[in-house]
Amino acid sequence: MSAELVLFWVFAAAIVASAGGVIIARNAIASAMSLVACFFFLAGIYVLLWAHTIAALQVLVYAGAIMVLFLFVIMLLSLTESGPVAQLSPSRILGAVGTAGLLAALVGALLRLPKTLPTWVSDTAQVQRFGTIKEVGQVMYTQWLFPFEAVSLLLLVAIVGAVVVAKPRI
Amino acid sequence: MESPLVPYLPILAVLLLAGLMAMAIPALTTRLGPRSVNPIKSESFECGNPTLGTARQRFAVKFYVVALLFIVFDVEAVFLYPWAVNFRALGWFGYGTMLMFASTLVMGLVYIWKKGALEWES
Repeated sequence: MSAELVLFWVFAAAIVASAGGVIIARNAIASAMSLVACFFFLAGIYVLLWAHTIAALQVLVYAGAIMVLFLFVIMLLSLTESGPVAQLSPSRILGAVGTAGLLAALVGALLRLPKTLPTWVSDTAQVQRFGTIKEVGQVMYTQWLFPFEAVSLLLLVAIVGAVVVAKPRI
Repeated sequence: MESPLVPYLPILAVLLLAGLMAMAIPALTTRLGPRSVNPIKSESFECGNPTLGTARQRFAVKFYVVALLFIVFDVEAVFLYPWAVNFRALGWFGYGTMLMFASTLVMGLVYIWKKGALEWES
């Protein structure tokens, strides 16, 4: 077994364990910290896929910025140490149905994956290059220009939304 | 095929060193340091004042707005990296695309500035 395969299983097991910790932990802060661990192990998986840019951004943006927002939201909600006791309510049942549907869709998509690897995987040099920040930049600002510019509008909507939602109180 | 993990070996070294330090320093202080346990020392804060209320109180919504705006401009900064790396190769065309991208967000910045979302006291 190669080192990558061993590390893949280590990262995969750690992702499942820390993701389980997110939903099992009763303390909301412990839950959020478990999510940080999950993001870091996911970055490890991205590295194994040669996706260096995504791995770095995973740590910078998700484990950094997004988690700060999560922590502020937790503090905003003022949850008590133990949290509310789970009770069967229509919204919970709807949530369970939705989650089951998502799981079914994901399993269905995984089963439909082609059994053979795509041909470009055999091009070792390209596989090693495609995830670097240089390669990503070369295609993002030329071939994928429109989605890139659309992102700026999405961010603008987020800015306006944040101010509109909270404005009466600031 | 060379492993994708090779460039990350220094990070592994730093992580191992950090883990070792995190374990060694508490171990050494409990082993070597003097120990005196009393009720005042086990309190949350030792700044002279008695503690007031709980640490789990509600925070103002201002923190949420600042965090959300931080994420937005953080994501913008992330898009600058691949552009900066390819700055010469992309040339004026790349400069124009980034100018369009950034000017959209500058509009957002002007908006939050005018709305007073950056003001802490109000």
